[in-house]
Amino acid sequence: MMTWASGWLIYGLTGATLIGLGLFGFASHTNLLRRILAFNVVGSGIFLVFGATGFRVPELGADAVPQALIITGIVVALSATALAVSLITRHASLSGSATLPDDDREDR
Amino acid sequence: MPSSLALTAIIGAPLLGFFMTIVWSRAAAVVASLTSMVVLVAAVFLAVSVSAHGAVLTSLGGWDAPLGIELAADGLSVMFMIVSGAIVLVVGAYAQHEFVHPGTETRSGFAFWPLMLVLLAALNGIFVSRDFFNLYVCFELLTLSAVAMVTLNGKTESITAALRYLLFALLGSILYLLGAVLLYAQFGSLDMGVIGQSVSSSGAEILAAGLMTAGLALKTALFPFHGWLPPAHSGAPPPASAMLSSLVPKASYFITIRLWFDVMPELAGNPLTLALGGLGGAAILYGSLQAIVQTRLKMVVAYSTVAQLGYLFIVFPLAGGDSAAQPWSAGAWTGGMLHALSHALAKSAMFLCAGLFIISARTDDLEALRGIAQTMPMTAFAFTLAAISLLGLPPSGGFIAKYLMLTSAFASGGWIWAFLILAGGLLAALYLYRPVRIMLSLPKQPGQPFKPISRWWQVAPLVLALGAVFLGIGSNEPYALLQIGRPVAAETGL
Amino acid sequence: MTAALPFLVLMTSLVPALATFWLPENQAATRNGLNLGGAILKLVLVAYMLYAVGQGAVFETRLELAPGLFLLLRIDALALLFVTLSAFLWLLTTIYAIAYFGNGPNLSRFFGFFSLCVAATTGIAFSGTLITFFLFYELLTLSTWPLVVHKQNEKSFAAGGSYLGFALPASAALLVAIIWLESVTGPIEFAAPRELSGLDAFDLRLILALFVLGLGVKAAIVPLHGWLPAAMAAPAPVSALLHAVAVVKAGAFGIVRIIYDVFGIDLVSQLGMAQPLAILASITILYGSLRALQQDDIKRRLAFSTVSQVSYIVLGAALAGPIAAIGGLAHLVHQGLMKITLFFCAGIFAERAGIEKIHHLDGVGARMPWTAFCFSLGAMGMIGIPPMAGFVSKLYLGVGALETGAGWVVFVLAGSSLLNAAYFLPLLYRMWFLPAREDLETQPPSERPLGLIVPAVVTATAALGVGLLAGAPISPLGWATLIIERDYLP
Repeated sequence: MMTWASGWLIYGLTGATLIGLGLFGFASHTNLLRRILAFNVVGSGIFLVFGATGFRVPELGADAVPQALIITGIVVALSATALAVSLITRHASLSGSATLPDDDREDR
Repeated sequence: MPSSLALTAIIGAPLLGFFMTIVWSRAAAVVASLTSMVVLVAAVFLAVSVSAHGAVLTSLGGWDAPLGIELAADGLSVMFMIVSGAIVLVVGAYAQHEFVHPGTETRSGFAFWPLMLVLLAALNGIFVSRDFFNLYVCFELLTLSAVAMVTLNGKTESITAALRYLLFALLGSILYLLGAVLLYAQFGSLDMGVIGQSVSSSGAEILAAGLMTAGLALKTALFPFHGWLPPAHSGAPPPASAMLSSLVPKASYFITIRLWFDVMPELAGNPLTLALGGLGGAAILYGSLQAIVQTRLKMVVAYSTVAQLGYLFIVFPLAGGDSAAQPWSAGAWTGGMLHALSHALAKSAMFLCAGLFIISARTDDLEALRGIAQTMPMTAFAFTLAAISLLGLPPSGGFIAKYLMLTSAFASGGWIWAFLILAGGLLAALYLYRPVRIMLSLPKQPGQPFKPISRWWQVAPLVLALGAVFLGIGSNEPYALLQIGRPVAAETGL
Repeated sequence: MTAALPFLVLMTSLVPALATFWLPENQAATRNGLNLGGAILKLVLVAYMLYAVGQGAVFETRLELAPGLFLLLRIDALALLFVTLSAFLWLLTTIYAIAYFGNGPNLSRFFGFFSLCVAATTGIAFSGTLITFFLFYELLTLSTWPLVVHKQNEKSFAAGGSYLGFALPASAALLVAIIWLESVTGPIEFAAPRELSGLDAFDLRLILALFVLGLGVKAAIVPLHGWLPAAMAAPAPVSALLHAVAVVKAGAFGIVRIIYDVFGIDLVSQLGMAQPLAILASITILYGSLRALQQDDIKRRLAFSTVSQVSYIVLGAALAGPIAAIGGLAHLVHQGLMKITLFFCAGIFAERAGIEKIHHLDGVGARMPWTAFCFSLGAMGMIGIPPMAGFVSKLYLGVGALETGAGWVVFVLAGSSLLNAAYFLPLLYRMWFLPAREDLETQPPSERPLGLIVPAVVTATAALGVGLLAGAPISPLGWATLIIERDYLP
């Protein structure tokens, strides 16, 4: 019984830590590539938490639904990352900068 | 069975069309038009079926929830599907002229059609999903195709705008997904029906719903998260702008409505509804003031979107929270939905008008458009009609929407909301009067600085603008349709 | 037939309007035929309705827009008073406008909005519910704006901007008043007034004030009149229509509807709002006349004269007595006939002889006798010289004021008449008794084509006729008496 509970806790806490780290990175960096990496860190954290919820009702064993959804989620996150990276390289080659223009930042 | 076929077709047809446009890119424009026609027909068929027999539901491949994917259409879904199908159809017809030139093949001309169809599939997916994870997948698809559309002309500003849009959207997705995961941890399901039956107002649920709402607000460009919208929407090619501005923010708003009105109305307490309404009000004021000072037509129209989206969130204090059980709730909710729909029609018309002006004048600098109504009277007329709907003047759809919302505001004693709705209308008059006046003025120097545009091309925005007006004149049917499948006891309102 | 009649009458203006927009500029014959045909058809229908309503019939067309939101077109005697005026003057103004513009540019647009404007006026007259009234009231705002800016120069856009600057906030006020009231009472139909006396008196006063604010802009009640003199930048047929039928009358008519059919005159008096409204109208009457006196431009002088004269209608309604009300309603028609004559003539002076300022009128009487004669008839009617139409209105207003114990109004009327004389008689004196300028002598201006002068002669004759024959049952006065006695007296 302990192993179920502690596994749940370990995965969940790790996931939460990753989410926190990732969000911090996403907010604090201006370099676009770093922000995309941070986004992927948050994504991994969320998937870990999601996976951990599979242990919700220990008597039933591992729940398969989160696993299916995580795989879908990873595919989605991968496509988003691919689009983002291609845009970043395009942006970098056009403007010669790896960050968004600062004057526009004040716009936000 | 045909209604389940129609439900499958509204997502399946555009996806199929998407593959065909890539494989068979020479005929992409034709395929895209045919596909959107099929989607519109299916949506109208669903509307007839829903109004005759109530909401329809189908399970893909015969697998029921939670493992299978369930699609369901109620009155709200079909109204949104019809309007977005019609807009995509008209925008597609317009884009034939913009992107299809014999002998020249451009990157944007190639990419536009598949993106348009993915966008349509994703939109329809959102309108019929009953599951928070399917919604997530659909609106990621929507976001990615929308971001790609912003980059179509390949200019540096567009890439920058697209990147900023993408960053906001990704943050929004993360927050939404986190909320969805928390919901799963709580309920062991992401099905709206299952969750809706066992909401218990626990802290975890409130946190989950809050995270999802924050993510959705980011994607809807609710003030103060609107920064990405004007550059992205004004930087895209006009047919893309038309869809981005009229439909894409409505999709995330649609999910927000489903979340708070269908799934967990019990959770929508006054602090939340007041906060959303307050941000909406701030959006109306801020967006309008920004629109007044813009010097480019597309920027005026884009900031107007920021302002008009604000109205959609005033629905929350009028129809949600403590107001949900009141007789005026149905009127406010329906008014909000009608506003979303008539804004979609009017705003897409405006962007198409702006597109025609750009082709004719080679710029959308307001001052450079002086006297353009002489060359393109039909387009100027369409712009004015769309403006009338945005101002909420009768007999447009915008008027009926504002009338319903104002009636609820007065019935509930919500003076501040009434004030915001009226102030928004007057401010809209200020920022839309200037472009109309400039278009109608006589040109400074005689001569013809504008390239003439074929009359048929000018029909497209006029059709959309007339649609916004007819939504008001014939609002009885849409009103009745919107009530079908409303979970909250359907009052007659008014 | 009877259920569709109001709809049909509306369509006689709406269909030509919508069809005209799509006509190519060079199809003048089709355009004119369409608009004149609509106007004649409308007059025929109006004649039938006058007979039928005189016999006590009521026609209704009811369409549902949204649940509980009805478009109700209803023809009662009061509606018919307004529609008869507008149908009659629409035909004449169309003839005048065709002659006035000749082969000018953008005529399809002009006549499209012109007829749309008349359709909106018809809708306002027929409105059976508050919200129907609002719909057409806003349609009127929107269709008038393109007419005001028709010349598309800076001056006309400034006028158009000022018009919308007054009209749109006013419509917001009107919408608030309507929705606020209906949120308490439910939808309001004019034919079946709600019992309002149970409501909070303060709220009712505020709502009534909002109504007056919303309608007062179009009725040009001081201090909401600023747009009207500016709107003189519009072409003469537009000014004629604006001042005699469409816009200012819509405002005044709306105030009459609100007072009689929504609140009821007794409640307005109980709330203590009747007297302030009468005072406001009196201030407008005197202020408009005083400002008219200062103008050197003929059209501006006429514009301030309108500010003054339209408030007679409001005054008649606010005095809360049957005789004053009859006078006010009759003045709705009388003022329309007289003022449109004056504007027709002012347009002919400007167009044919280049006369826009008052001091250019010297000796014009002998050179342009028909125009000058019609102008003189209109002006004498405005002053209230018996037996002209204006005299009849003022007489009824004065007697009505004495009847309700508001003797001070007699002094307002007398003062206003003196001022009317002060700003119109110098014009007549210049026209008939001063020697003409040299260029008028050498090149006598023409009053042709007939399309310009005939409408002016007809309206001038009508203005004289409604005064002379005021005792006849079908005269405006007779009809106004019928309205008050049959529909509003207990």
